[in-house]
Amino acid sequence: MDFNLSNEHKLVRKMMAEFTESVVKPITAETDRTAEYPRETIEKLFDVGIMGMCVPKEYGGAGADPLAAAIAVEELAKQCASTADILATHNGLCCDPILTYGTAEQKAKYLPMLTKGHKVGAFCLTEPNAGSDASKGQTECVLEGDHYVMNGSKIFITNGYVAEVFVVFAMTDKSKGTKGISAFIVENTFPGFSVGKHEVKMGLHGSPTAEIVFQDCIVPKENLLGKEGEGFKIAMATLDGGRIGIAAQALGIAEGALAEAINYTKGRVQFGKPISKFQNTQFTLADMELGCEAGRLLIYQAALKKAAGQRYTKDAAMAKLFNSEHAMKTTTKVVQMFGGYGYTNDYPVERMMRDAKITEIYEGTSEVQRIVISANMGL
Amino acid sequence: MAYDSRDIASFKNVWVYCEQRQGKMMPTSYELLSEGRKLANELNVELCGILLGDNIEELAQDLGKYGADKVYVYDSPFLKNYTTEGYTKIICEAVQEFKPEIMIFGASNIGRDLAPRCAARLHTGLCADCTHLDIDMPTYKDFLREASTLTEERISGLGVIKLFGEEHDINMDMKMTRPAFGGNLMASIVCPRFRPSMATVRPGVMKKVVLDTPHDCEIIHPAFELSEADFQTEVLEVVKAARKLVDLIGADYIVSVGRGISKDVEGGIKLAEELADVLGGVVGSSRAVVDAGWLSADHQVGQTGKTVHPKVYVALGISGAIQHQAGMKESGTIIAVNKNETAPIFEIADYGIVGDLFKVTPLLIDSIKKIKEED
Amino acid sequence: MKIIVTVKQVPDTSGRIAVNPDGTLNRASMQTIINPDDLNAVEAALDLKDELGCKVVAITMGPPPAEGMLRELMAMGVDESILVSGREFGGSDTYATSQILAAAIDTYGIDEDDIIMSGRQAIDGDTAQVGPQIAEKLGLPQVSYAGEIKKDGNTLTIKRILEDGYMMLKVKTPCLVTCIKELNTPRFMNVWDILNTYEKPLQVFDYEKLKDHPLMDKSTIGLQGSPTNILTSFTPPLKGAGTMLKGNGKETTDELAGILANKHII
Repeated sequence: MDFNLSNEHKLVRKMMAEFTESVVKPITAETDRTAEYPRETIEKLFDVGIMGMCVPKEYGGAGADPLAAAIAVEELAKQCASTADILATHNGLCCDPILTYGTAEQKAKYLPMLTKGHKVGAFCLTEPNAGSDASKGQTECVLEGDHYVMNGSKIFITNGYVAEVFVVFAMTDKSKGTKGISAFIVENTFPGFSVGKHEVKMGLHGSPTAEIVFQDCIVPKENLLGKEGEGFKIAMATLDGGRIGIAAQALGIAEGALAEAINYTKGRVQFGKPISKFQNTQFTLADMELGCEAGRLLIYQAALKKAAGQRYTKDAAMAKLFNSEHAMKTTTKVVQMFGGYGYTNDYPVERMMRDAKITEIYEGTSEVQRIVISANMGL
Repeated sequence: MAYDSRDIASFKNVWVYCEQRQGKMMPTSYELLSEGRKLANELNVELCGILLGDNIEELAQDLGKYGADKVYVYDSPFLKNYTTEGYTKIICEAVQEFKPEIMIFGASNIGRDLAPRCAARLHTGLCADCTHLDIDMPTYKDFLREASTLTEERISGLGVIKLFGEEHDINMDMKMTRPAFGGNLMASIVCPRFRPSMATVRPGVMKKVVLDTPHDCEIIHPAFELSEADFQTEVLEVVKAARKLVDLIGADYIVSVGRGISKDVEGGIKLAEELADVLGGVVGSSRAVVDAGWLSADHQVGQTGKTVHPKVYVALGISGAIQHQAGMKESGTIIAVNKNETAPIFEIADYGIVGDLFKVTPLLIDSIKKIKEED
Repeated sequence: MKIIVTVKQVPDTSGRIAVNPDGTLNRASMQTIINPDDLNAVEAALDLKDELGCKVVAITMGPPPAEGMLRELMAMGVDESILVSGREFGGSDTYATSQILAAAIDTYGIDEDDIIMSGRQAIDGDTAQVGPQIAEKLGLPQVSYAGEIKKDGNTLTIKRILEDGYMMLKVKTPCLVTCIKELNTPRFMNVWDILNTYEKPLQVFDYEKLKDHPLMDKSTIGLQGSPTNILTSFTPPLKGAGTMLKGNGKETTDELAGILANKHII
């Protein structure tokens, strides 16, 4: 058993740390303020092979493992949770299901687009009446000759208005509940595809969230991902992997906030000494450090199990639950530590606090994670 | 007898490479001659200039004013523009013929291209980017007492350097002092086993001194040969920067801006310009400002920029990293304005104001204007 | 065609550095980084590789851990590396270092259309000497302070930056070019090369490997072969504390202007 990262993993971390410092950090505050999609950053992430990094070389990727992907998200999230979200969604929720469930033809067509082709991917599951309960989905997809016709709408879709390739879940047989759900690969150019409302969110301002509308949308028959009725299984398995990404994002946010706290408390002098010298501050920071380290180990364990082909549903849920709650707790405390300054946007910690909240909600709320964990405890 | 750079006793005199560009002498050449005069006096030898170019006779005449006893002039159309191979060939042949014991160059881009090439060919040592040169040992020790934190015991013990079991008396060697590791550390270098002892010297560091009394200066035209075959590079054109570069080195007043202007870059630079105008000075900057593209590189003060010693140096919103300090800490009076009371710049500032530069600078401009009007 | 890039691992001098009581640098306490200007040289080489498809080889002299730096460079796209490493090389000044690197480059081989690229200078010594001295030892032309590089067949057209302008130069390969930071922005490592970098060839050239080269002589390498010697190193004393003025309003700036005027500074 080896708790050390491999040389390659260390290089991925170093590269992403340098990238984040020089490309992401200078524009993070601006991205948050304007809520503009960080297009140039994403283009550069394609250039360095991070977008689509787990896709095998033959399809234009680098063949990286889930741990490397988690490290990339973590490093980005230290400075910009929005950029990290775009990446985690692209890699974990679009590239991954196509790679895992796609036919040879689907992989050959779509994976190069999602790597060397610089096209962003997205994942469409949530609907107004089907959040945590995916079986209540209203989007339908009916086979008519050589193509399907899709009708319905999906909400809160990360990368919604910038993505060009979507993995979409729709009912092919409503009578079967979750067993009637199927997965499809949909391009934004398909007739009947449109982008609806852009969401205005509490945080993650740089992450483009939108409603996606399918109105008699024509989906070629060969774009069915997996078999009819396998959609729910694909969605759940994909979310297992996606949760590692969100866990890594949450860890990055917590680490970013902790770094800000350390820097601030060392410089801020009250009662004649830096506040980092007060034991109260030190104990608080020690707890934060402890949470980050524990959270990191949960993530690495889930990622290594995924890489080894072992079952990791519970591990991913624990990693996500622990890290997201820790990120929320940490950012809230750090804002407190900064006092009045922390509440202004002169410092990045209020943004981190707003960004952290979503990690407790999306890709399965904390409540859902507890359901998943307890369901795997033989209760 | 074959030339041997180890035959220390056969070398004599101090040489200064007098750099000219397009028929204009670089000001550093005068600084180096003044410094070279000091070294030559301490060694009781001659100070010689070496001047290369095309149609440069007039420039040579002028060098006596700065203390040169002799000027070796190499005048040829082949030497019109600087080329590494042409200039290296002439200088190395001159050194082999006349054997100076010391040779100093300005640490300009050209000096730093030429000097290492010559040192490699002549098999001798070169110390780059020096900020202080000494021959006389007691003077050097006094310099250390003032400029270093070394103990008296260590300073007074200097004089002999032991190399491979052999002791070298360096009392009459050139002690070449320079910053290392980004100015965090100073080092004194010697070249006890080879000649000439070579150094490049930072422009602006040495003081130019015009002699009060006329000084006899002999112009010498040694024979030399150059042909097309000696050149491997071709100079297509030489372009002077159209924009007037800021003369930081000659300025008495410098107002520098740092990262602190980031919330309003244009406004911050404008304030610095106004303050510089009132003082009769120019605008400098930290590296961060140049790296961000807010000001051009000729404004940069510091380790990788220019070394300045104005009468007054005003640092606006500059935290004062050691690299920046390396270029300005010798300024007469340092004034720092910074929001952060723990900024390192305050450790070297003569006068510090903790505050927002955007609020303090306009007030300071008014205060100085008022005082000047009263005069 | 290939491009050989000389690189150096240096202590990161951007933070405050630690100095031992005897005035020497406390290297153990410092992080190492790839010398910044060398990254510009690597980028210039990789740029030409992207355009012309040539091979890029990184060469460094340093202790065995310098391999980590070479792996990073290969993770940026460099194809091969040479680590020149040996106890005999320790204590070398620029003269001795260039002697050894020239021997190593020559041993590796230089062809008619090859280029050697170096960074302008290293941040530990700031000498800018090793590049030109390697060129001299190899008998190659050099162009330092390159701010633009174009290659056309065996001819390079280079903009050499001067303090007061620039020079356009033409030079034939093989030659040595030193690169400044304004030349380009170094690229990041990329995932494809990261996952491949430990498979890429890395040769170690030790004293045994180089000792028969004509440039190699015990008297011209290492401490013994270094014409310059350090007499002493020291830290400058801290300047006496200045005056922190109270407040930051009009009274304060008036007070300061008054002091400066009284001292005849303005």
